[in-house]
Amino acid sequence: MADRPAEVPRPEPAPGLRLSRRGLFTGGAAVAVGVVATGTAAADAVRRGDAPVTDGTAVEPFHGPRQAGVATPPQAHAVFAGFDLRDGVDREGVSRLMRLLTDDARRLTQGRPALADTEPQLAALPARLTVTFGFGSGLYAAAGAGGRPAALPAFTVDRLERRWSGGDLLVQICADDPLTVAHTLRMIVKDTRSFATVRWSQRGFRQAAHSRKPGLTQRNVLGQLDGTANPAPGTPEFDRAVWAPDGGTTLVLRRIRVNMETWDAADAVAKEFTIGRRLGDGAPLTGRTERDEPDFARLGAAGFPVISEFAHIRRARVDDPAVRILRRVYNYDEGVTRDGVADTGLLFASYQADVARQFVPIQRRLAEADLLNEWTTPVGSAVFTIPPGCGPDGWIGEGVLA
Amino acid sequence: MFSRVIVVLVGLAALTACASGETTSSPAAAPTVAASAPASPSAPAPALVITDPWVKTAEKGMSAAFGTLVNNTDADLTIVSGATPVSAVVELHEVVQADGKMVMQPKKGGFVIPARGSHVLEPGGDHIMLMKVTEAVKAGAEVPFTLTLKDGATFEFTALGKDFAGGNEDYQPEMDMGGENG
Repeated sequence: MADRPAEVPRPEPAPGLRLSRRGLFTGGAAVAVGVVATGTAAADAVRRGDAPVTDGTAVEPFHGPRQAGVATPPQAHAVFAGFDLRDGVDREGVSRLMRLLTDDARRLTQGRPALADTEPQLAALPARLTVTFGFGSGLYAAAGAGGRPAALPAFTVDRLERRWSGGDLLVQICADDPLTVAHTLRMIVKDTRSFATVRWSQRGFRQAAHSRKPGLTQRNVLGQLDGTANPAPGTPEFDRAVWAPDGGTTLVLRRIRVNMETWDAADAVAKEFTIGRRLGDGAPLTGRTERDEPDFARLGAAGFPVISEFAHIRRARVDDPAVRILRRVYNYDEGVTRDGVADTGLLFASYQADVARQFVPIQRRLAEADLLNEWTTPVGSAVFTIPPGCGPDGWIGEGVLA
Repeated sequence: MFSRVIVVLVGLAALTACASGETTSSPAAAPTVAASAPASPSAPAPALVITDPWVKTAEKGMSAAFGTLVNNTDADLTIVSGATPVSAVVELHEVVQADGKMVMQPKKGGFVIPARGSHVLEPGGDHIMLMKVTEAVKAGAEVPFTLTLKDGATFEFTALGKDFAGGNEDYQPEMDMGGENG
């Protein structure tokens, strides 16, 4: 209970105290950058010390023209499950499956048990649960439907393993409570079993919901602030970059293994040179705060660019906001070997209106020359179309399958 | 009946029809009480609704349907029989303890939904029993049901097919429980 000072008498309300303590540690920069997901109103609220505290009963809407779980501020826990349709499951079968899974999702996300839920108690705390569905090319083939997503080209850095790649159907489950994620996955898997086999499941995590103010850029297992350049939900730039005209989007899910042993061997200067940002506050090497625009033209004393030609942020840079990607990244950490080597890395979930126009050029530039490639290896890759959302009487995928 | 016939639900291919069995035909002359289709916001509350209806998947043999019946009237409503196109025989069942184990049997007098109250149909409790599945109940299928009330009125709804591991109580047809339960 050392992390819960709530019992300590204090002269002012708890949130205010918490904020002021945090402010002591992180300085003004932390306050200034809290605008990514929740907007300036929430940031102002945070600044005043009355940030909304989400608890287990917090609910994300399910119905709408777009699926939840994309623009939704990232929850702390996630599992991505990839399924292969069983032989003979056709358009009619996939439609039944999606009716079932939609029914599960609309209930569980709103804090109600699924039909035939054997652990209905576990539905009571949705903790901002979202369940997002994606269709791989195999699903379109089985259903005889048009619009299948194109496969990615091969990248030179890829060391892809089948056990983390591909899949006909994706179910992405995110919540701030890992027990909610586990229960939801269990329910989804039970209802999918008649139609499909599990190809892979990948669990990921971000910093806990209450360990920091909402809207701050998360840190990943490499220690970096991850997602600084993301478009901000609710802005026209975000909508243009992420959503297709029909309300759908695409997901590229890359499992990127990180070699922590060699990353550990790099010193802080080398790490910052690799990324092009300072580890401490995420500011570009040419700036003062995380949100400062990097100055790629600035030269150092020796006449070389301050931000290297091969720095990650230069290679990943996209000037036109309309063709940026939304990175909604989770970490994975699947334990350690006998010798203490971690199986860890990133579940790099990238959402974009158009894979070929947005994701592929960035990944190509990174594959060609990104200093970070020294420590990172893509070992899994899958592409899905995220169909539009649905209304109370509809189901996800009805526009594709009905 | 004095001779207790206990048969296991799972894997049973054929069952003879019970006295209380219903056929698939709906009473044509009877008025329909209400449909379970999602109510439009402006519609008045129907007299009888069922929430969360679902039916256990089955290739053949037996299955069961569940949900919560809600009575929006000021008088008790009594369901006396049920029917569905996917089963030649449908019974209204309860689950009771007999000889130290849970068995299911036809519920005498049917399901009574109290005025302004509800009646839960769930695995391990009262349920609509499909005694002779003739058309596979598939996962995700929308299966139509018709319930008939004591006054002859009928009530229609569709239940979602769900794979479900439970609901495997032994069947004990037509045993006289002497009002011991329910």
